[in-house]
Amino acid sequence: MNQSSKIRPVPEGTKTIGDVTVPEPVFSCRDVDVYYGDKHAIKKVNIDIGRKQVLAMIGPSGCGKSTFLRCLNRMNDTIVGARVEGMIELDGQDIHEKRQDVVQLRARVGMVFQKPNPFPKSIYENVAYGPRIHGLAADRAELDEIVNVSLRRAGLWEEVKDRLNQPGTSLSGGQQQRLCIARAIAVNPEVILMDEPCSALDPIATARIEDLIDELRESYAICIVTHSMQQAARVSQRTAYFHLGDLIEVGETNKIFTNPQAKLTEDYITGRFG
Amino acid sequence: MSPSILLVLIIALSVLAFQLGKTRAIAVVGGQRRIRDLHSLPGHYGLLTAIWCGLPALLVFLAWVLLQDAVITRLVIAQLPAASQALPEAQLGLLLNDLRNVVAGNVSPEMVAPETRIAAAQYVQLRDIAELALAAIVVSIGIVGMLWVRAKIRPDLRARNSYERVIEVLLFACSAVAVFTTLGIVLSIVFEAFRFFSIVPVTEFVFGTNWSPQMAIRADQVGSSGAFGAVPLFAGTLLISFIAMIVAVPIGLFSAIYLAEYAPIKVRKYVKPLLEVLAGVPTVVYGFFAVTTVGPALRVAGEAMGLPVAGESALAAGLVMGIMIIPFVSSLSDDMITAVPQSLRDGAYALGATRSETIRQVVLRAALPGIVGGVLLAISRAIGETMIVVMAAGLSANLTANPLEAVTTVTVQIVTLLVGDQEFDSPKTLAAFALGLVLFLVTLLLNVIALYVVRKYREQYE
Ligand SMILES: Nc1ncnc2c1ncn2[C@@H]1O[C@H](COP(=O)(O)OP(=O)(O)O)[C@@H](O)[C@H]1O
Ligand SMILES: [Mg+2]
Repeated sequence: MNQSSKIRPVPEGTKTIGDVTVPEPVFSCRDVDVYYGDKHAIKKVNIDIGRKQVLAMIGPSGCGKSTFLRCLNRMNDTIVGARVEGMIELDGQDIHEKRQDVVQLRARVGMVFQKPNPFPKSIYENVAYGPRIHGLAADRAELDEIVNVSLRRAGLWEEVKDRLNQPGTSLSGGQQQRLCIARAIAVNPEVILMDEPCSALDPIATARIEDLIDELRESYAICIVTHSMQQAARVSQRTAYFHLGDLIEVGETNKIFTNPQAKLTEDYITGRFG
Repeated sequence: MSPSILLVLIIALSVLAFQLGKTRAIAVVGGQRRIRDLHSLPGHYGLLTAIWCGLPALLVFLAWVLLQDAVITRLVIAQLPAASQALPEAQLGLLLNDLRNVVAGNVSPEMVAPETRIAAAQYVQLRDIAELALAAIVVSIGIVGMLWVRAKIRPDLRARNSYERVIEVLLFACSAVAVFTTLGIVLSIVFEAFRFFSIVPVTEFVFGTNWSPQMAIRADQVGSSGAFGAVPLFAGTLLISFIAMIVAVPIGLFSAIYLAEYAPIKVRKYVKPLLEVLAGVPTVVYGFFAVTTVGPALRVAGEAMGLPVAGESALAAGLVMGIMIIPFVSSLSDDMITAVPQSLRDGAYALGATRSETIRQVVLRAALPGIVGGVLLAISRAIGETMIVVMAAGLSANLTANPLEAVTTVTVQIVTLLVGDQEFDSPKTLAAFALGLVLFLVTLLLNVIALYVVRKYREQYE
């Protein structure tokens, strides 16, 4: 936490409108570019991500929201031909530094995907997987405890406590997504990234996940990509609007939705395109 | 008229019928410009006419050709002098053989007995009459069919529907041929196997440990009483299949993992087809390889280590069979591994799993049922494989678990039991059917289980 209290200056020439920086950010991104081969998918993005709050990322399909999200836990490393440039600091440490181990980074930055993707293992083993590979539990009792707590925080415990040994895939879609959230928080991350976590779910399951996000905000920083502006308005404190690889505007959610500064943001929010 | 010319004639007639039907359809409706008033396209009327002209004629033709020889032979025999007719079956067979040779022109008529010569002349005469009659009948059937349909053509005749119905029936007939052939084979195996089991008790066959199928030809012959305990064959088959799987499963699986998860796209593009070429090598070539290279190499290596390796050994056959099976295992496993959705890999990576952790604990875990199915299919291949073991495993029915000795397998014994002149009612020959039945049941069971497992697995990710 030593350096992170300082606000990192935003480089000259940033066209993003609004409050790019926040005090004591957990992530600080400066001039981030992503290329897929020749395609320039993210262009000079500058943004801070605050602690214990939800940042919503909105924008038309293909504008680079997922790409940006995947920069934060270096999931773009797994894509052949993807190249990330610029600086991304987690708690003041560059995540691209040689010293930075990607395994540890991903233990600190969890991720929840668009389609629930439970492993072909039991419910218990799904949640226990992360703690196991990171050696977080000394014995079975501790592991049981971690699984128990994670499932409770994900609001799934009551529904699955009698069937922990059944396969994770036997759950409903909404339950599977909460299982994936439990799996992510079982390694006790600082940040949770969510890429359209509700787009495969029905409205009731969506509402449960949104409530859950609201609770998790008390302990984690959360970045959520969403296609639903109502969802962004409901769950987030800050909102970032992306357009064709550019970060157009970022700021407090109610400001963005009631009084957007950029023309593009306003057009998108009022539904003129998207 | 010879049958082949007749066949050409039928085809020509059908082409004519097509034209006739088509023109008639156009004429009936009142010219080319009114063909919209026809229920179907003019071509459909043509096709329908051609079918009714050609198909019945063709069926009659085929039936006739199949039956003609038998019928004429009967007639010729009936004309033979009483003395010849009273001959025992075997000598009558010889006479008929001479007759055929004369008819076919292989033997000059002067070489055979006078009554045979007369019979042959009769045969030729009857055949010529039959062929003329056939030509007349077939052509008239064709013409009648053609004219009949032509007379029926009216604008509202549903030619397309009838034509498609005929096509459907034809397709069904073809698949029925395949199914009934299989059924026939299975039934004949079962039937012959039961004949065997009426001579040799099932329990002796299944539990007996002594296999020596040589039967006494004379009553006073010693030592060849015939023993049909198949356990040594089952054991030999299992031993060789086991060795083959020890070779094929790790190599196949690991190469599949490499190809699916690690190999750069370029390497994969070339190596995968190359591996699959292995599956296309004829098994006799593998057998050759086993006999001339692997067998001797093993013996030399064994001598160096002081181990007695037989010239034909289970090990040599098993090793080579394992190599043959590698592509089955690798190709199927590769399919299964690539079918695991990328989202599962992403999920594991996002939790901080390394590549090998992801592959071992998530990808392989997900692909396991499919891989097991693939391995079962490979085992059934190994059990049914014949050529390699015939060449490399030996013939002696040893009951042993020592891979350095010669063993024999179910398939090898089937081959040796049926090679050469055989009587089809001796237990020795019938034993082959019993072995075939066992082989069939085991591979069928393996295939059914494997297909079930694989299908179940595929559904999971679709
Ligand atoms: N793996 C990839 N390879 C090449 N191009 C990609 C890849 N993933 C995304 N892109 C491209 O990058 C751009 C941004 O994609 P993405 O981040 O998925 O957008 P969003 O999540 O906002 O819909 C799109 O134009 C997309 O076509
Ligand atoms: Mg996306």
